[in-house]
Amino acid sequence: MGLFLDFNPFDNLLCILLGISFTVWFTLLLVFIIVPAIFGVSFGIRQLYMKTLLKIFEWATHRIERGAKDNNHLLYKPYSNAIIAKEPTSLEEEIKEIRRSGSNRDLDHASEFEMSDIFYFCRQGVESIMDDEVTKRFSAEELESWNLLTRSNYNFQHISLRLTVLWGLGVVIRYGFLLPLRVTLAFTGVGLLVVLTSIIGFLPNGRMKNFLSEQVHLMCYRICVRALTAIITYHDSENKPKNGGICVANHTSPIDVIILASDGCYAMVGQIHGGLMGVIQKSMVKACPHIWFERSEVKDRHLVAKRLSDHVEDKTKLPILIFPEGTCINNTSVMMFKKGSFEIGSTVYPVAIKYDPRFGDAFWNSSQFGMVNYLLRMMSSWAIVCSVWYLPPMTREEGEDAVQFANRVKAAIARQGGLVDLLWDGGLKRGKVKDTFKEEQQKLYSKMLAGQDSILPTFQAVF
Amino acid sequence: MGSTNSTLSKIPNVEELMQETGFTPAHIVRLYDRFEALDKEKTGHLRPQDFGAINRLAMNPIGDRIIGAFFSPGQETVDFHSFVRILAHFRPADKKHPKDPSMPEPVNSRTSKLKFAFQLYDQDKDGKISRAELLQVLRSMLEMQVTEEQLESIADRTIQEADLDKDDAISFEEFRKSLEKVNIDHKMSIRFLR
Repeated sequence: MGLFLDFNPFDNLLCILLGISFTVWFTLLLVFIIVPAIFGVSFGIRQLYMKTLLKIFEWATHRIERGAKDNNHLLYKPYSNAIIAKEPTSLEEEIKEIRRSGSNRDLDHASEFEMSDIFYFCRQGVESIMDDEVTKRFSAEELESWNLLTRSNYNFQHISLRLTVLWGLGVVIRYGFLLPLRVTLAFTGVGLLVVLTSIIGFLPNGRMKNFLSEQVHLMCYRICVRALTAIITYHDSENKPKNGGICVANHTSPIDVIILASDGCYAMVGQIHGGLMGVIQKSMVKACPHIWFERSEVKDRHLVAKRLSDHVEDKTKLPILIFPEGTCINNTSVMMFKKGSFEIGSTVYPVAIKYDPRFGDAFWNSSQFGMVNYLLRMMSSWAIVCSVWYLPPMTREEGEDAVQFANRVKAAIARQGGLVDLLWDGGLKRGKVKDTFKEEQQKLYSKMLAGQDSILPTFQAVF
Repeated sequence: MGSTNSTLSKIPNVEELMQETGFTPAHIVRLYDRFEALDKEKTGHLRPQDFGAINRLAMNPIGDRIIGAFFSPGQETVDFHSFVRILAHFRPADKKHPKDPSMPEPVNSRTSKLKFAFQLYDQDKDGKISRAELLQVLRSMLEMQVTEEQLESIADRTIQEADLDKDDAISFEEFRKSLEKVNIDHKMSIRFLR
C-alpha cells in the first residue's frame, strides 16, 4: 500500500467517486426494480418510456421518408403481406374460366381434359416460386416504421445529420446503459431463482411450501421481465388458468414462458437440457412439481401423455403450460397445433400472446441465431411490448376429435391476437410437405374432369 | 441490406437485365430478395433442391416440370439472371408498346408465354408433344385418381382434336391454334403489388 502513496490524490478521488456511483446505482436498482418485482407493483416508468420512444420513432420515420423524397431515392417499402397479387379463386373456377374463353364447345360436354388446363397449375407453381405464404412466416416480420434499430431497417443510409446523431445516441444508450443494467438484472433474477428454490426444496411438502414456491417463482420471473424491459398488458385476467387445467399458447420466442409465468404459476413441461438450463430446471423442480423429460423419453408419446394426464388429475398441482406449435413462428400467424396436448381430456385455457413489433422483434429464428445471441439482441432492443389475452376455457365436445379441438382452440387464439390462422404445420420450417397435399390437388382436379360438382371446402382456405 | 440502390449495385449487369425483361428496379430488388431467401446456403446459385423446399411448389402436380423449366439442359444450377429471365415470361404484357417487327420478341408476349407452356409438355424438346409426353403430363395431374385406360382415352381425344397434320403429335403451331381463343395474357401473368 505504501508504494501507492506517491500517486496523486486524484486517484483516491476517482476511487471514491466510483464507489459512490456504484452504491447509488445499486440502490436505484433495488428500489425501482427489485422491490417492486417482489411485491408485483409498478411505478409506471416503463409506460412513460414507451410513450416517449413512440414519439421519437414517428419523427425518425417521417424524416426518412422526407429525406428519400428529397434525394429521389427509391424507398424500398417493406411489403406487409404479399408481393404479388393472388387471385383467390378455386381450382375449379379457374380452369372453367380458362376453358370458357378457349373452347368452342358447350361447357356441359367440356368436362374432359383441355390442353389449357396446364396454365392453372403453371401459374400456381410460378406464383409460389415468387412468393410463398409459408416461407414468409419464418423470417422476421417487416416493419412500416423505423425504430432506430439498424437491424430492422432496409432504408438506413445517411439522410440527415440529426437522424444519424439520434441513431448514434440510441446505440450508446442501448449498449452502454440498458444492456449492462439488463444483464445485471437477468443474473440477479436467475441466481435468486436457483438459490431460493433450492432452499425451499428442503421444506416439508405442504401448503407453506407451495405458497413460498409460488411467491419465489413469481418474484424471479418479474425480475426477469424487468431485465428485458418487457411491457406487458394482460387482458381478461378472470380467465386465468386454474389447477388441473392445461394452458395453451402460441409460441414466438423463449421469452413467452417468462411473460406468462410472471403473472401466474404454471408447471412447465420440457426436455432436460445440460448446462445452465439444466441447473435451473433441477432446482425449480425441487420447489414445485414441473414435468421434465429425458431426451429418450420425449419420443415415447404414451409416456408423455401418461405423465401429463397424471399431473392434471392431481388438483393440487399447478396448471401445465404447453406450446403446441412446437417451434417459433414470427408472430403473424398461428400454425397447426400438435394434437398431443388436446388428447388428454382436461380443460384447456387458451392464451394469445401478441408482440408489438415497433419496439423490438421478439421472433427467434433458431436456424439463424443461437440462444445467447438471441438474448443479447433482445436485451439491446428498446423494449419488448406485448399483450396477453386470457381466453375463456374450452373443453373437447362430443364427437370432436383431438385435431378438430386443436383447430378450434387455434382459431380462437388467432382471432383474439389478430393473427392469421394458417393450416400449415409449423414443422414445415425444417421439413418437407407430405404427399397427402399433392394427392388432394390431384383429387380436386380429377373430380372436375369427371364432372362432379362437389368441391372440398377444407382446402379452399389453403389455395 | 441497404436501400434499393445499394441492392441494385450488387447485381452485375442489372441495366441489361431490366432492359431485357422489362422489370422495374423495385421488382428486381424484390426478386433478388426472394432469390437470396431461396438460396439458403448463399452460393449465389439455386439448385433443384432449393426449389423443392417451397412447399406449395412441392404439392403442385407439375411442380417438377416447372422447376425443370428453370434449368437449361445439362445445367445443374441457375443464377439470378436466368431466374429473372424465366420469371419475366409471367410479366403482364405491355399494352402500350406497339409491335416493332425489328425488335426481338419480348419475353412476356403471348407467343413466349405459349412457348413456356409448350415446353412443360414437350420435355424432350423436339418441338412436338408426342402421345407419350401427353400421357406423362396427364399422369402427373391425375395420378391415382383415374385408370390407365381413362388416361389413354383422354390423350387420344386431345391429340385427335388438336393434331391437324395427323402425325400423331402436337407441334407448336397446332398447340397455338388450339388455344387461340384463350386469354393467355390473363392466365399466365403475375402482377406485382406496388
